[in-house]
Amino acid sequence: MKTRADAVVIGGGVVGAAIAYNLAKLGLKDTVVCEKHTFASGSTGRCGAGVREQWGAEGNIRMCKAAIDIFETLQEELEYDYDIEFVQKGYLMLAYTEKEWEQFKANLKVQHRLGVNAVALTPEEAREIVPSLNIEGLYGATYNPRDGHANPFHTTRAYLKAFERLGGEVYCFTEVTGIEQSNGKIQKVRTTRGDISTPVVVNAAGPWAAPVAAMVGIDLPVYTERHQILVTEPVGRLFDPMLMSFSRGFYSQQTPHGSIIMGIGDPDEPKGYDIGHSWQFLKRMCDIMCSVVPALMGVRVVRQWSGLYTISPDAHPILGTVSGIDGYYQAVGFSGHGFMLAPIVGKVIAEMILDRPLSIDISGLDLGRFERGDLRVEPSVV
Amino acid sequence: MSHAEDSIIVCRCEDVTLGEIRKAIREGAVTLDEVKRITRAGMGPCQGRTCRLLVAGEIARFCGKHVSGILQSKYRPPVKPVKMGDLAALELTPLSEPGHGQQSGASPECTCGKAVNGR
Ligand SMILES: Cc1cc2nc3c(=O)[nH]c(=O)nc-3n(C[C@H](O)[C@H](O)[C@H](O)COP(=O)(O)OP(=O)(O)OC[C@H]3O[C@@H](n4cnc5c(N)ncnc54)[C@H](O)[C@@H]3O)c2cc1C
Repeated sequence: MKTRADAVVIGGGVVGAAIAYNLAKLGLKDTVVCEKHTFASGSTGRCGAGVREQWGAEGNIRMCKAAIDIFETLQEELEYDYDIEFVQKGYLMLAYTEKEWEQFKANLKVQHRLGVNAVALTPEEAREIVPSLNIEGLYGATYNPRDGHANPFHTTRAYLKAFERLGGEVYCFTEVTGIEQSNGKIQKVRTTRGDISTPVVVNAAGPWAAPVAAMVGIDLPVYTERHQILVTEPVGRLFDPMLMSFSRGFYSQQTPHGSIIMGIGDPDEPKGYDIGHSWQFLKRMCDIMCSVVPALMGVRVVRQWSGLYTISPDAHPILGTVSGIDGYYQAVGFSGHGFMLAPIVGKVIAEMILDRPLSIDISGLDLGRFERGDLRVEPSVV
Repeated sequence: MSHAEDSIIVCRCEDVTLGEIRKAIREGAVTLDEVKRITRAGMGPCQGRTCRLLVAGEIARFCGKHVSGILQSKYRPPVKPVKMGDLAALELTPLSEPGHGQQSGASPECTCGKAVNGR
């Protein structure tokens, strides 16, 4: 293991992997990723991996638009020998209450202004896109064909493999236990496998972002919350787009492999690090999805699991530098949509570290916004 | 290792061959989870009941370790694939053990985390 590096990235999830790759691509020589377990073992390997431009807040729309631009050529860019399975079959957002439908229409206005080609559909038009859809109780839907999903394991691994080819090193089973600074400058990272001197450290520790930030004395305003999810056996095509509703709290996609992944939010979920699973989730999930797509009744659940959302006060990530600590960067608090943001966040954080012009303005997403009282608002989160 | 061996199917649910598993291991996978995430071995309906030990054996051989030293993946419910329609039809009757299902609020949505009877 190296004892000195130009930068140490903490976390081998999709965000850390994307940052590390972009640093190496921009020419930083000795970059290291420290991952306490294995690649994608945190939130990334447990996520729904959906990617959408259909947001309500301008910042999220801009970032996701830029991220999809990158996703579209990522397989080739990373020269990956497996498939990251990025497919663009759209998101069909389903409104089951009048309030939700009003929100979707308001979101569309912002989306159109920013160049997103989402459209409003009547229930019948929605059924033309997804013939298996039960439209009972549906007010309307919006659809954006450019949205989609990818394979989270392979996306992360593709970034890490490309990073290694560019000379970077990935240390798995290597937990960062401390960060040393002096005179307001980062000096060293302590790990379970030895110390690494470095002027730059990046906190991409996902659900463990707060304990890592505490190592440099930062009190991050984030909390973690379990989200449960399941996958079925592979079956013939039942639907192409990702199906999603906020009022009913679900999302579901059929992977290229044919299995169907679905998750649902639980308003009563306590904060914490529990990643167990419950019968109540299975029952509620199946209840809801069997009514949305009745053909699912005959499809078998193969596996259920859960992962953590890391939630910030305004459901937007916390990105960039922190005043008073030279060399510390963070990309944390993704609030349940960090997979889709990773390609653009990885790029911008690397540009920031190397003092390059930024591909996208993220100045409003720093930690300082909470002190300034300059919070973003995002109405469309599951 | 012969080519013939490489084409042996190790994970029958997902059609993963020994060659594919060995490739993932050669490329750095040292745990069952990593091999599973790369190749899908163990992700199918039987959830690795057949291939788990075979994959662990391959990792162990490659790393020069005993199989018991290879990091296992978690066993996840359900134990057997269950139809979504059957799960949706379940009526969750709370157990009548003390402290569970006794409060007036006990309902099918009871989320106290204790076991709940199916049907
Ligand atoms: C059920 C579920 C569904 C989701 N669906 C979607 C979706 O459809 N679309 C979407 O965009 N997002 C989704 N998300 C959110 C998404 O998973 C996360 O936002 C994203 O994966 C965050 O990536 P990350 O790299 O920041 O974190 P992680 O993947 O958690 O990676 C952080 C890594 O840091 C490591 N680490 C932590 N502390 C240390 C330390 N001290 N030393 C070394 N290593 C350390 C951890 O082991 C971990 O591997 C979902 C999440 C869940 C739980």
